[in-house]
Amino acid sequence: MTTKSRLASWLIQYNTLLMLIILIVVSASLSDVFLSPQNLWNLARQLVPLALVSIGMLLVILTGGIDLSVGALAAIGAMIMSMLLPYLPEGGAIGLFVGVLIAMVGGAALGAVTGSLVAAFSMAPFIASLAMMTVARGIAFMMSNGQPVRFPTGSVTGDLLRSFGSSALPGIGMPWPVLLALAVISTFVVIMSQTKFGRLVTATGSNEVAVRLAGLAVGRYKLMVYVIAGALAALAGIVATSRTAVGTANTGIGLELDAIAACVIGGALLSGGKGSVINTIVGVLILGLIGNIMNLLSVPAYPQQIIKGVIIVFAVLLQNINGELKRT
Amino acid sequence: MHLRMQNIAKSFGGVSALRGVALEAFGGEVHGLMGENGAGKSTLMKILAGAYRRDAGEIELDGTLAEITSPHDAFEKGISVIYQEFSLAGHLSVAENILIEELGKPGWRINWGDLRARASALLAEMGFEDIDPMQPAGELPVAYQQVVEICKALSRKSRLLVFDEPTAVLTHHETERLFRLIKLLKSRGVCILYISHRLEEIFTLCDRVTVMKDGQTVGSWPIGELDERKLVQLMIGRELSDLFPPRHAVIGEILLAAEGLNAGPMVRDISFHVRAGEVLGVSGLVGAGRTETMRAVFGADPLQSGILRLKGRTIVNSSPGQAVANGIGMLPEDRKQQGVLLDLPIRINAMMTPANPFISAFGFIRNKAEIAAVEDIAKSLRVKSAGIDATAGSLSGGNQQKVALMKWIAASCNVLIFDEPTRGVDIGAKVEIYRVMNELAEAGTAIVMISSDMLEVVGMSDRVIVMRQGTIAGELQKNQISEEAIIHLAMGTEA
Repeated sequence: MTTKSRLASWLIQYNTLLMLIILIVVSASLSDVFLSPQNLWNLARQLVPLALVSIGMLLVILTGGIDLSVGALAAIGAMIMSMLLPYLPEGGAIGLFVGVLIAMVGGAALGAVTGSLVAAFSMAPFIASLAMMTVARGIAFMMSNGQPVRFPTGSVTGDLLRSFGSSALPGIGMPWPVLLALAVISTFVVIMSQTKFGRLVTATGSNEVAVRLAGLAVGRYKLMVYVIAGALAALAGIVATSRTAVGTANTGIGLELDAIAACVIGGALLSGGKGSVINTIVGVLILGLIGNIMNLLSVPAYPQQIIKGVIIVFAVLLQNINGELKRT
Repeated sequence: MHLRMQNIAKSFGGVSALRGVALEAFGGEVHGLMGENGAGKSTLMKILAGAYRRDAGEIELDGTLAEITSPHDAFEKGISVIYQEFSLAGHLSVAENILIEELGKPGWRINWGDLRARASALLAEMGFEDIDPMQPAGELPVAYQQVVEICKALSRKSRLLVFDEPTAVLTHHETERLFRLIKLLKSRGVCILYISHRLEEIFTLCDRVTVMKDGQTVGSWPIGELDERKLVQLMIGRELSDLFPPRHAVIGEILLAAEGLNAGPMVRDISFHVRAGEVLGVSGLVGAGRTETMRAVFGADPLQSGILRLKGRTIVNSSPGQAVANGIGMLPEDRKQQGVLLDLPIRINAMMTPANPFISAFGFIRNKAEIAAVEDIAKSLRVKSAGIDATAGSLSGGNQQKVALMKWIAASCNVLIFDEPTRGVDIGAKVEIYRVMNELAEAGTAIVMISSDMLEVVGMSDRVIVMRQGTIAGELQKNQISEEAIIHLAMGTEA
C-alpha cells in the first residue's frame, strides 16, 4: 500500500473524528471563550442527556430499527424521578439509587412495549415507536396534570440529585453527569465489542434472515434494544432534570431527532448493521459544538437551526463519499 | 450487431482487472465467454453495459467507434445484460417490470390494457404464457423472474444481449425453453454473449468461444475446434476428471429420517432418510418442493404433520435454533440474502451459531480462543481471504459459501443440508466445495444436497431422491443414477 492510499484509508476510517477536530480548531479560532475549561465542561454537561439517548438509539438503529419515543421516555424518566423524590427513603445515595432504578425500569417497560410490537408483531419500528412517542408524552403530562414538579425543599435525596446535576468533581472540575456518561459509554463500548449481545445486535441489522437461519433467536435482541433505549432515555431525563431541579413533561422534546442525527453523523447506517458507540459520541460532540460555537458567536436561534440542518446534510454527504471511496 | 472490443484495460485503485482484452462477436451468433471467477468476464461485461468506464481500448459497434457512457446509454445503443442478480421491482407487476422504460415516458396515464397485452405477447413469444403479466414480479419463482428480465431486454429491441450464468437458477426443462428462445433471437440476427460455467451448455449453444484468464484474453475458437477437456484446460489448467474428487467415506447408520412430512402444497407426504457418510442428492425441477421440504425439516417453515427421527430418536424442529441444537445445519440456496452476513467479518460469520463455545459467563467472548478456532476452520476449508477480519462480502462466491459453512463446522453439526451449494461459483471453487463435502462425509456427516446441476447430482450423490410437484417421484440407488433417469422422474415421463 502506498503512503498516499494509507493516508486516504486513515481519513476514511476516522472521518468523523477528523470532522470533530476541524470543528474544534475552527471554534477555537473564532472565539477566545471556547477553549476555556468552564465552557467545555458546561458544554459536556449539556450534552450528557443526548449522549445517553444516542447510545440507546444507536443500538436500535444497529438492528435496522428506529426509536422515535426516546424523547418522550426521557420526560417519563424526569417525571417519575421528580414525583418520587418526596417518597424516597432519606438515606442519601441509596434513596437516589432506588429512585433512578424505578424511573429506568419505567422507561424500560415502555421500551419493552415498543420492542414487543416490533419483535413479536412485526410492526414497522417507525410506526411502533411513533405511537409510543405520543402515548408516553401523554402519560408524562397526565402524571402532574401538565404542571412542573419542583424538587421538595429540605429533602436530602432531592438536594443530592440537585448537586449531582449542578456541581463538579473536586480538582479537575468534571461535572458529575459527565462522569456518569463516561461510565455508560465505556460500558457500551465493551458490550458492543466484547459480548455475544453486541455481536448479535449488529448481525441482526446486517442480515436478519441469515441470523435466523443460523438458528439464533433474532426477536430477543430486537426486543432488548428498545428496552435498553427506554432505560437510557429515562436516565437521560433524570440527568436533564437534575440540573434545573424541576421535572417537566416537556423534557426531551425533539431529543430523538438529535439522537438520530448524532448516530448518522457518526456513520451509522439507518438500514442497520453498521455503527459504533465511539463514533456516535463523536457525532453528539459535533452536534453540540455546532450549537455551542453559534451561541458564543451570538447567532440567533432560528438561523442556528438552519445551519445545523445544513451541517447534518454535509456530514452525511461526506460519509457517503467516503463509503464510495472505500468500495472501489 | 457486430461487436469489437480491443485492447480494453481497466484497473481499480492500482489493481489491474483487465489488460489488453479483445473480444469480437457477430450478429446472429451465440458467443461463449469463458473463464474462472476473477478472470475479468464480469468487469468486461460491465464496461460493455456502461456500468464501468474503461481506462483504455476501443469499442466498435457495427464498425463505428462507440462511447458507452452509462447503463442508459448502453440500452439506447441496443445492449442489454441479464445479470445473475435481477433488477426487478418486486412489488410491481410483471407487465410494469417488462415495460418499465415506458412508464418513464411523458404522459400521465398508464394504458393498462396495452401494457398487459404487450407484456403477454412478449411472454407468449418466449413460451411462458403461464406467467400472469399482472402478478407482482417478486412473487414469481426465481426461474420466472429471469424470464421477466429477458422480456424486459427484448422490449427494448436489444441487438446485443449478454447472459450472465442464466441457467444457474433454471432446471433442465426451463433451460431447454431458454435455449429455444436464444436460438430464436440468434436467427433474428441478435448478437448473444453467453457466460456460463456449465460446459455442456457452451457446446450445445455457442458458435464460438472466447476464453479469459487473469484479466487477459487467452484466445477465441470456433466451438468445433474445442472439446470439454481442452476448454477446461484453457480456463484453469486442470483436468475435467478432477472435477469430482474421489470420496472414501464409510456409509454408516441412518442419522436423519423423515416420515410422512406435510407442509403446505409443495411438501406432501415426504419420507426420506440419510446415513452417516452419505451424500443424498435431491433433484427435481425448480418449484418441485425441494427447498420447501428441507426448510420444513430445518424448522425454518412450520411442519403440519410428519415425524423426524435423529438416530432413531424422535425430534421436533419447530425453529432453526432447535434444528441446530439437534445437530442439523442448512446452507440456504440464496447465499447472499440468507447464508452470510456480507458486511461483517469472516470471524463473526463463522461464529454465528447458538452453539458458539467461546462465550463465557455474562455473554463475554473469549477472543483469543475464538480467533484460534476460526483460523483453524478457515484453514481446514481453505478459505481464501485477507484474514478472518475481512468481510464476507469481499470474498468470491465459492469462498462465501465456505464462510457460510464455517458456522456449521463450529457448531459440529452431523447432518448438513446444502441447497444449491455451487450455484454461481466457478469450476475451481466448485471442486473446492466438493472436496469439503467429501471431507465432511468422510468424517461421518450425513449430507443432503439439493441441486439443479445435473452433472453435480450425478457426480456427487450416493443416492438420489427426485421430487415432482411436492411429492417424491422416485429414488435412485448409486448404480441407477443417470441424467436420463433423473429427468424422467422429475418430469413424470416413462423411462
